[in-house]
Amino acid sequence: MRQPRALKVKVYDAGLLHYRESWCLQHRVFNQVWQQGLESALIICRHYPVVTLGRRASRENILLSDDQLRVQGIELHVVDRGGDVTYHGPGQLTVYPIFNLNLLRRDVHFFLRQLEEAAIDTLSDFNVRACRLPGLTGAWVDNQKIASIGIAVRHWITYHGLSINIQESDVDNFYLIRPCGMDIEVTALERKLREPIFIEDVKPRILEHFKKIFVLEYEDDLAADHQPRNRIRQQEVMG
Amino acid sequence: MIKVGLPELGEGIEKATISYWYFQEGEKVAEKDDLVELATDKATFNLPSPAAGVVSQIFFHEGDTVNVGEILAMIDEG
Repeated sequence: MRQPRALKVKVYDAGLLHYRESWCLQHRVFNQVWQQGLESALIICRHYPVVTLGRRASRENILLSDDQLRVQGIELHVVDRGGDVTYHGPGQLTVYPIFNLNLLRRDVHFFLRQLEEAAIDTLSDFNVRACRLPGLTGAWVDNQKIASIGIAVRHWITYHGLSINIQESDVDNFYLIRPCGMDIEVTALERKLREPIFIEDVKPRILEHFKKIFVLEYEDDLAADHQPRNRIRQQEVMG
Repeated sequence: MIKVGLPELGEGIEKATISYWYFQEGEKVAEKDDLVELATDKATFNLPSPAAGVVSQIFFHEGDTVNVGEILAMIDEG
C-alpha cells in the first residue's frame, strides 16, 4: 500500500514567551504558510502565566478581578480560538501546529482527535495512562484534565493548539479559573508520577508523536538532534 | 447571486454557531476575504467569501446556530 507523502513542517522551538510574543509568532508563521509557500509549521513553547478567553468564554469563569490577576503577574488575553477559558504557565508545554489541512485531511473533528492522540501517546511514554472522555475534548487522567485543546482554522490552515501540563507548579493556578467553563480537576505529569520532570525531556517525545500521528517530515529535526536546555536558558535570559 | 452555505467542517460536526460577521449587508467583499467566523465546541472556523461582490443578504445573526448545508448569506456579483 502506498504511504502518504509526509507533510514538511518547519519547527520553531520558541522557549518561554509572553502570550503576546507567541501570538505574534503564530500570526507571522500562519502568513508564511498561507501566502509565502511554507508547507506547514509547528511552534513549541512555554508561556509566562496567562489566562486566555476563547470564543465561548465567559468572564465569570475567571474567579479573580483584572486587578487581582495583575497583582499575581498573570496576563489576560481574549483570543480567537474555540473553547472557553484556560490557563497557560511555564510548567506546561504548548504546541501550536500551523498545519495546512488542505494537504492532510479537511476535517476539524479528526484534527482535534489527532491532537488528543499526540497528548495521550506522549504521556504514555512516561507511563501515565491518559484517555479521552466522551464529549469533552482534551486528555484526562483519573477524570482530571492533563491536556487542553482549542484551535482556530482559517483557509483550512490551523492555529492555536494543544497544551500539556507537565510540572506541578502550575496546577494551582488553574483554580483561579473554571477551566473550560466547568468545575473540573486539573493535574500534571509530575503530580501523577510524584517525581520531578524536565520539560526538555518531554519536548522530543511530543515532537516524535506529532511526526508519527500526522505523518510529518521536520525541516529542523529537533526530535533527532536536540539541544533543548541551552535554548530554553537562552530564552529565559532574553526574557 | 452566489449562495454561501455552511460547509462540512468534519465528520460528526453537524452544526456551528455564528460568532462574527466580518461584513454587513450592502458591503463589498473580495473573493477569499474572511466573511464569517463560525465556532464549534473547541474550534473556530473562518469561512471565506466564494466570490467578489456585495453581501446582499445575511440570513443568520451572531449567536445563531446553523446546520451544515444551510445558506448563511448571498453574494451579488453584479
